[in-house]
Amino acid sequence: MFNSLSDRLTSTFKNLRGKGRLTEADVDATVREIRRALLDADVAVPVVRAFTASVKERALGLEVSQALNPGQQVVKIVNEELKSILGGETRRLRLAKNPPTVIMLAGLQGAGKTTLAGKLSKHLKSQGHSPLLVAADLQRPNAVRQLQVNGERAGVPVYAPHPGVSSEFEAATGDPVAVARQGVEEARTKLHDVVIVDTAGRLGVDAELMQQAADIRAAINPDEVLFVIDAMIGQDAVNTAQAFNEGVNFTGVVLTKLDGDARGGAALSVASVTGKPIMFASTGEALTDFEVFHPDRMASRILDL
Amino acid sequence: LSSDKIDEDVWDEIEETLLLADLGTEPTMELVDALRSRVKVSGSQDPQEVHAMLREELIKLVDPTMDRSLAVERHAETPAVVMVVGVNGVGKTTTVGKLARVLVAEDKDVLLGAADTFRAAAAEQLATWGQRVGVPTVRSDVDGADPASVAFEAVKAGIDGEVDVVLIDTAGRLQNKVGLMDELGKVKRVIEKQAAVDEVLLVLDATTGQNGLTQAKVFAEVVNISGIVLTKLDGTAKGGIVVAIQRTLGVPVKLVGLGEGADDLAPFEAESFVDALLS
Ligand SMILES: Nc1nc2c(ncn2[C@@H]2O[C@H](COP(=O)(O)OP(=O)(O)OP(=O)(O)O)[C@@H](O)[C@H]2O)c(=O)[nH]1
Ligand SMILES: Nc1nc2c(ncn2[C@@H]2O[C@H](COP(=O)(O)OP(=O)(O)OP(=O)(O)O)[C@@H](O)[C@H]2O)c(=O)[nH]1
Ligand SMILES: [K+]
Ligand SMILES: [Mg+2]
Ligand SMILES: [Mg+2]
Repeated sequence: MFNSLSDRLTSTFKNLRGKGRLTEADVDATVREIRRALLDADVAVPVVRAFTASVKERALGLEVSQALNPGQQVVKIVNEELKSILGGETRRLRLAKNPPTVIMLAGLQGAGKTTLAGKLSKHLKSQGHSPLLVAADLQRPNAVRQLQVNGERAGVPVYAPHPGVSSEFEAATGDPVAVARQGVEEARTKLHDVVIVDTAGRLGVDAELMQQAADIRAAINPDEVLFVIDAMIGQDAVNTAQAFNEGVNFTGVVLTKLDGDARGGAALSVASVTGKPIMFASTGEALTDFEVFHPDRMASRILDL
Repeated sequence: LSSDKIDEDVWDEIEETLLLADLGTEPTMELVDALRSRVKVSGSQDPQEVHAMLREELIKLVDPTMDRSLAVERHAETPAVVMVVGVNGVGKTTTVGKLARVLVAEDKDVLLGAADTFRAAAAEQLATWGQRVGVPTVRSDVDGADPASVAFEAVKAGIDGEVDVVLIDTAGRLQNKVGLMDELGKVKRVIEKQAAVDEVLLVLDATTGQNGLTQAKVFAEVVNISGIVLTKLDGTAKGGIVVAIQRTLGVPVKLVGLGEGADDLAPFEAESFVDALLS
């Protein structure tokens, strides 16, 4: 069998070299292959639909040159379209004119927020900043402790006035909104120039917890709200991204667990339904496994080009 | 299904429903083809009827007849041992806590083993769950201790204390990390020096897309999984990838996770799963 989409498309067009313009039937066959590849990579159905429509339009207008085979030409179109949705230049973190810069993290349960908080703080510290981590997840068992351990590993202080759920406090108590607000105050008085607020995981459909996230946002007026999403997510990426976009109006996206072998079609889904830039990639459990997001690598990864 | 005759739009709608549930392209196309043949044979013109047939075909595929019971009966000399495995962040530790609650409610004597010695505060998290549901947790005092040793100690404590079930929580690991997968195999082999491992439950997050099948295949190779726990079904995700997993590996979904609380674990039911998938 053909391993990559690129191989399959090349074979679809094997006999077309120098045929002039591609016919509708030629293009339909191609678009079916592309659709299949995108769906297998977990790109969301509505995103696939829009994407293949625009590829089809461009492919129909394609002059099949002698030099390149049509398969390669279509692959080039697909790649360009993908990269344009995923964003050209990666946007950097917006730093506040008047410090502290406030960064809030939000996302589904288990996406990788608390780990990212540690990574981001270490990264910023290495750039000469003096970050403060704020433990505003008072709900997941020992989330506060987890952030404290990450802070210790990163060499970054953690503001954690409330222990959250732990062996001594088995039920959720404490007010995450108040902790977040006080955390930013603490950063201001202790002269930290960046403050990173870790929040509890929540579902897009959990209206109460989404309101809590919105309240945290309103209380701390962040410069960046980063939506953290697992690269393994499937079709639910659209629902979830939309719910968080409405709930906390995030400013950027972080794709996690990219060290796995999932294709990561969610990147395309989230970027195309929200128009928000993917800023960082999380690529492992260690605090150094963190990089700027590369749209071109992601495009190749999604389509196995 | 909105229209009143079976045209291509109806088929597209059916296909889309299945794809949106993360069923995957291959099972989706097979199902639609099977359904098309059935409709052709029956000559049905009623979308409602086709919908009912779709539901039937799906239920057949999910297979209500599979044995989904948990092997948690104590042996003559040793406790039943259950290992919980899976990739990062899917809900393993939470599932151990919830499962302990269920077993305690059945009057079983339960012990937890914290063989995630890697992630920050993982053992503390498990111990909090232990306290919550009133069962002890065996853990190492040292961060980064050998997970196989902790699992061994936990099972040993279970044997000595004559408990009914020992639940072993393990660290999240991505299936493409060879070293970590080898480590997991070792945890199991070391436990088996003292007691049989009765269940290896693969925890799978319902939001997972097509990578779920790869997860299941690799974990099955390394630790021979005996059941799936499908977590986070309280969200909008349908968890359709388990259909391909069950079919490919013959490993049944046994439990579903429906929230973050201690009581949010339920047996898997094929019919309600399918109804949620189609809704
Ligand atoms: N392999 C890998 N694991 C990751 C990555 N990021 C986070 N993890 C792991 O994923 C799991 C969940 O990470 P957390 O940081 O606890 O996720 P969270 O979003 O804070 O989870 P909740 O607070 O429970 O919602 C942990 O086992 C992390 O070590 C990554 O990029 N790669
Ligand atoms: N909504 C919902 N959240 C869940 C469910 N199961 C677990 N969670 C949440 O998912 C997050 C991760 O759960 P854990 O039990 O820590 O996951 P894990 O697989 O042990 O994670 P690692 O050990 O870091 O790999 C936590 O915030 C849990 O509260 C569920 O069924 N529904
Ligand atoms: K659901
Ligand atoms: Mg967290
Ligand atoms: Mg865990």
